Amino acid sequence: MTTYYSEEHEWVTVEGDVATVGITQHAADQLGEIVFVEQKEAGDEFEKGDEIGVIESVKAASEIYAPLDGEVVEANEVLADNPGALNESPEGDAWIYKIKLADAAQLDDLMDLDGYKALIG
Amino acid sequence: MTDAPKRTPLYDLHVELGGKMVDFAGWEMPVQYPMGIMGEHKQCREKAALFDVSHMGQVILKGENVGEKLETLCPQAYATLKEGKARYGFFTNAEGGIMDDLIVSNAGDHYFVVVNAALRHQDIPHMQANLDGVEVTEIFDRALVAVQGPAAEGVVGDLCPAAAELKFMETTLAEIGGVECRISRLGYTGEDGYEISIPEDKAIEVSKLFLAHDDCEPAGLGARDSLRLEAGLCLYGNDIDQSTSPIEASLSWAIQKRRKEEGGFPGAARIQKELAEGAAKKLVGIKPEGRAPARQGVEIQCTEGNSIGAITSGSFGPTVGGPVAMGYVSAGHGEPGEKVNLIIRGKAQPAEVVALPFVTQNYKR
Repeated sequence: MTTYYSEEHEWVTVEGDVATVGITQHAADQLGEIVFVEQKEAGDEFEKGDEIGVIESVKAASEIYAPLDGEVVEANEVLADNPGALNESPEGDAWIYKIKLADAAQLDDLMDLDGYKALIG
Repeated sequence: MTDAPKRTPLYDLHVELGGKMVDFAGWEMPVQYPMGIMGEHKQCREKAALFDVSHMGQVILKGENVGEKLETLCPQAYATLKEGKARYGFFTNAEGGIMDDLIVSNAGDHYFVVVNAALRHQDIPHMQANLDGVEVTEIFDRALVAVQGPAAEGVVGDLCPAAAELKFMETTLAEIGGVECRISRLGYTGEDGYEISIPEDKAIEVSKLFLAHDDCEPAGLGARDSLRLEAGLCLYGNDIDQSTSPIEASLSWAIQKRRKEEGGFPGAARIQKELAEGAAKKLVGIKPEGRAPARQGVEIQCTEGNSIGAITSGSFGPTVGGPVAMGYVSAGHGEPGEKVNLIIRGKAQPAEVVALPFVTQNYKR
């Protein structure tokens, strides 16, 4: 399965018209120990670039920006009780949203792994 | 402050230990090490942690009757501070606001004062201008290191038996590994521990002696902040500033009885009035009920929905295991147990006023 990456350090995988979105290991490492995740609810619609959540570490709050237009199908409930999962497996079990894509063509604006690796140096 | 951040005598050690360096008050300081803020915080609560606090201003005061003269700038009873004792205090301004908070120690032939990093440039001229006949000397050639935690006595005392003999808020000169240091039993974490002033060229050597102890690990400014917040200790610039009075800041405990009665310090009129009649607002502990941390600036509302104040410090408390905060609420509010709402990103989140500290202070009295 192809994984896409955003400049806001999110990863996106797609099955049919549903995308799974999370933050990269690099982002999780930069944020430090995550203690709280605020998520939108199923049914919430948004456009690319909208703030769709907040991740709080011990030190500070960081916004999550939508990498694509869409609608929340499911917010990962694991993060409500165990926000630290985002540090442990941000690119695995600790995904943040399942999103119904509004426009699959927007995937073309995202990076591939090589592009993302170049971004984070 | 446009100059490049300054480096403390421990800079090379921070880099060697993998410290993540940030600019803090004009100083390049470690916010955390590879262990991380939570681990470093728990290390300090459970064993011992070493902090570099060399960015703070160390000042020597010499002259006749220094304690009496300090009483003209501070509401503390420094005239009666005995040799070998240290006391927390603050400079007040004419309006009764807090200019800075500080620790004053009576070192016998001089007084030793430690002030906040960001206010060195204010405090030193303030003392030079107003302490008549007192020689005010800022020390630039010594590091200041804090070793804090229940194991601090073991870490420092193994190297320096005199340190183990000190009680809370006592200070002495003693050798650690052949280096003469000023050792004071106090700190900013709510735990037992020491702050140790070390000649700069020996600072790394002495710090490594502490770190060689199994119970001692380095900790950065991130853990220092979460530790002091859980301990209910004010951070200048967040919880107290030029406009807040010590009574508003719930610091009346730090003004000794004689000074409360006699006054004779800047802003005494306001401070004595607030002692008698209460202040317009007061600093209290706030415990959010959910998991969302309430950061500085978050509005506090009473359950009827009226604004009653704002959060001044807020974070996640690793020992508490949830968010903790402090903030000001207006008069008539702030009794422990009062339910309030915190407006976090536009949504009201339930919280409760609680007595400070969040974590029991563990001092060696």
